[in-house]
Amino acid sequence: MAEHLLEIKDLAVVFNTIAGQVQAVNGVNLHLDKGEVLAILGESGSGKSVTASAVLNLIDMPPGEITAGEIRFKGENLFDMPPARRRDINGKNIAMIFQDPLSYLNPVYRIGWQIEEALKVHGAKEKEARLETLRLLEKVGITEPISAVRKYPHQFSGGQRQRVMIAMALALRPDILIADEPTTALDVTVQAQILDLLVNLQKETGMALLIITHDLGVVAEVANRVIVMQNGKVIEAGSVRDIYFKPSHKYTKQLIKSAPGKGKFSLGTSSSNPLLSVSKISKNYGVFRALKDISFDLMEGETVAIVGESGSGKSTTAKILLRLENANSGSVFYQNQDILTLSDQDLLKKRRDIQMVFQDPSQSLNPRMTVLQLISEAWVIHPDVLPKNKWLRRVEDLLEQVGLEKEYARRFPHQLSGGQLQRIAIARALALEPKIIICDEAVSALDVSVQAQVISLLKKLKKDLGLSYIFIAHDLPVVRDFADRVIVMKEGQIVETGLTKDIFLKPQKKYTQELLLASLEPDPDVQLARRNTRKKLLEYKI
Amino acid sequence: MAKSPPTAKDNNTRRFVFNAWLLMLARDRFALFAAIFLLVLVGVALVGSFALEDVATKQNLRGRNAPPFDFNKDWVFWLGGDALGRPLLARIFLASRNTLMIAASAVSFSLIIGCFLGLIAGYTSKFVSHLILRVADVIMSFPSLLLAVIILYMLPPSVINIIVVLAITRIPIYLRTARAEVLEIRERMFIQAATVMGASNKRIIFRHILPIIIPTMVTIATLDFAFVMLAESSLSFLGIGIQPPEITWGLMVAQGRPYLTTAWWLSFWPGLAIILTTLSLNLLSNWLRVVLDPQQRWRMEIGDQKNG
Repeated sequence: MAEHLLEIKDLAVVFNTIAGQVQAVNGVNLHLDKGEVLAILGESGSGKSVTASAVLNLIDMPPGEITAGEIRFKGENLFDMPPARRRDINGKNIAMIFQDPLSYLNPVYRIGWQIEEALKVHGAKEKEARLETLRLLEKVGITEPISAVRKYPHQFSGGQRQRVMIAMALALRPDILIADEPTTALDVTVQAQILDLLVNLQKETGMALLIITHDLGVVAEVANRVIVMQNGKVIEAGSVRDIYFKPSHKYTKQLIKSAPGKGKFSLGTSSSNPLLSVSKISKNYGVFRALKDISFDLMEGETVAIVGESGSGKSTTAKILLRLENANSGSVFYQNQDILTLSDQDLLKKRRDIQMVFQDPSQSLNPRMTVLQLISEAWVIHPDVLPKNKWLRRVEDLLEQVGLEKEYARRFPHQLSGGQLQRIAIARALALEPKIIICDEAVSALDVSVQAQVISLLKKLKKDLGLSYIFIAHDLPVVRDFADRVIVMKEGQIVETGLTKDIFLKPQKKYTQELLLASLEPDPDVQLARRNTRKKLLEYKI
Repeated sequence: MAKSPPTAKDNNTRRFVFNAWLLMLARDRFALFAAIFLLVLVGVALVGSFALEDVATKQNLRGRNAPPFDFNKDWVFWLGGDALGRPLLARIFLASRNTLMIAASAVSFSLIIGCFLGLIAGYTSKFVSHLILRVADVIMSFPSLLLAVIILYMLPPSVINIIVVLAITRIPIYLRTARAEVLEIRERMFIQAATVMGASNKRIIFRHILPIIIPTMVTIATLDFAFVMLAESSLSFLGIGIQPPEITWGLMVAQGRPYLTTAWWLSFWPGLAIILTTLSLNLLSNWLRVVLDPQQRWRMEIGDQKNG
């Protein structure tokens, strides 16, 4: 048998908690060869990150405990090594990059110093280290490396920080680079650039790349082989094409099925009756113009998606519609009244009609209130909606409507999963019987399969209750399935607006085209075609 | 305060909740002892101090600085006698009344006022916030004892005045902590969610923010309890606080000071009383912090031996 670069055999990791033992990883086998890109695909709690942490000895023990198995690096069992030898391998032979570079980089040191530090720890001289740092930064695509080394982490954008972290990881020319959700926190166009960078560097240096992700699109974009994990077990392994086109396990099939972006396009709404009419709203933060003359209409029973990258002003738009922020100019007409100029008292009445579902339900639900209190709070604020003796009954109805058992009424938020919490947040929005629900990245924080469930719930509620949605998202495939109309925003302005079908199939503006090309498809063939187009576009630019 | 959402309020549920709390108290042994100690202390302050008033003030010059643990004597002398031959144990009991009243009132006044002002400073307009904070700065920039001395120099020393003075000087502590916490909590998403529903400022402050800052505030208050007791004794020592024959623990410590080398027990026993009271309050507040937090409560419910 040929020796693999990295081989994990029957790895089992448990976490001892007071509530009992949790089997995080249960008998995982995998191997990684030189020059290969392997993806571990799984949803939260599948044990994919724990597996990677075990390789680098990053599991906190206790409460963690490795109960069985071995990890061999170049034939040597890592668990048999003395700690000093193991530390030596970490960084030098196996490096890792993380999801959130801001918490990984030390905020009080210049980034040049931090990269040099890594080099010096492993024996480089002062001057060599400095030159090598510049070379690395240039390699990962940081413009003007000479001035960049003197900057602090907060002075970089998210994508640049990820590049800096990659430079640090590459400093010692590792044999293996482990990337844990490297692009999850990034915008689509930046995500595409970072993935390109990783793949190019991998080809150039011949190292092995292990990518941990929940996103089928990332797998299709970069990986040669993929391992699917669920509940701490590897349930399927094979080449990316095999897994995508011929999945054998039920879970994999369902995962691929629930990946967004394959449904039929909506045909648009028949109604031409504007429910909400936004005209020329602008918002300045000091001299920075966050929104520049945004105008659009929301028809009755329509879903309008606002897409754009971070900083495009899409969330600011939502905040202005809800009067969480005040606009500098412009108007928003709802039922013949400008809600931006309403007095507090009149606004309270209108608030009932426009509700919001936030991105992260674990943040948007008060941790000290039970589900019953959370949902019925709406009626405390608006006592005319429902008499008090009917509250419990109605909460139970609402829970049923969003697909939860009525027993959940007594629970606290921390006792529920992310998907369940988002359903509670939706139930809370429904409590006031609104006409419009604004969803600000409402499904971005959820696992793919849960995402699909929440989207279909939103669709069902729209049909049953005649709701209209403003759906703010950066994830294009979800928008493709859900929206009637799409508004593309960039730097506080509307770039393009049109029916979903038109935007996705015949984008007019260059920015929209770029956005679409950068978004990741789960289908490896589609993704390959896209990558080639992107490359051509890039060459054309140069 | 805003109406709270429905909770079943029939007697059965109430009894159930009460029992659940008792059970959670029983699970934390330290907190249980602390609670029992404090209950006994309050009992002593309410009943014992009146019953022992005569014994505690009767001078007996032959028994000056009588050493402790002389079990042949009356039980009130078991902890020894003071410089005028009065029984220390009885005097500690007697002093508990004034001590607890002054400390508890001063701490709760400063807690309530400081917390309230902090919430307002943290949540309302910049102008109001600045106004409140500058007043707090003025109080803080003045050494609190000096401030107390000045005020008590002008006002006649009495229990009420001491409470007022001590409360005022401690307000900024709660105010600033409360404000800092509010500034952080107000940015959390569930506050925005409440605003979207149309919740008033009053409701957001009292229903959403206050419950989250209360545990911190209570913890600070228990720590402050000891400080207030000692501050009161310093004032008494300067002759502008409690005046003999009135008595407090702090004053007893101060009175025992000249005899420290010859009769340590004069200061030691009242000092021990101060320490035990503060410690008990602290343990109890620690328990309360866990119980009030739904995410931590299970530690008590399942009877975890390790504390928070």
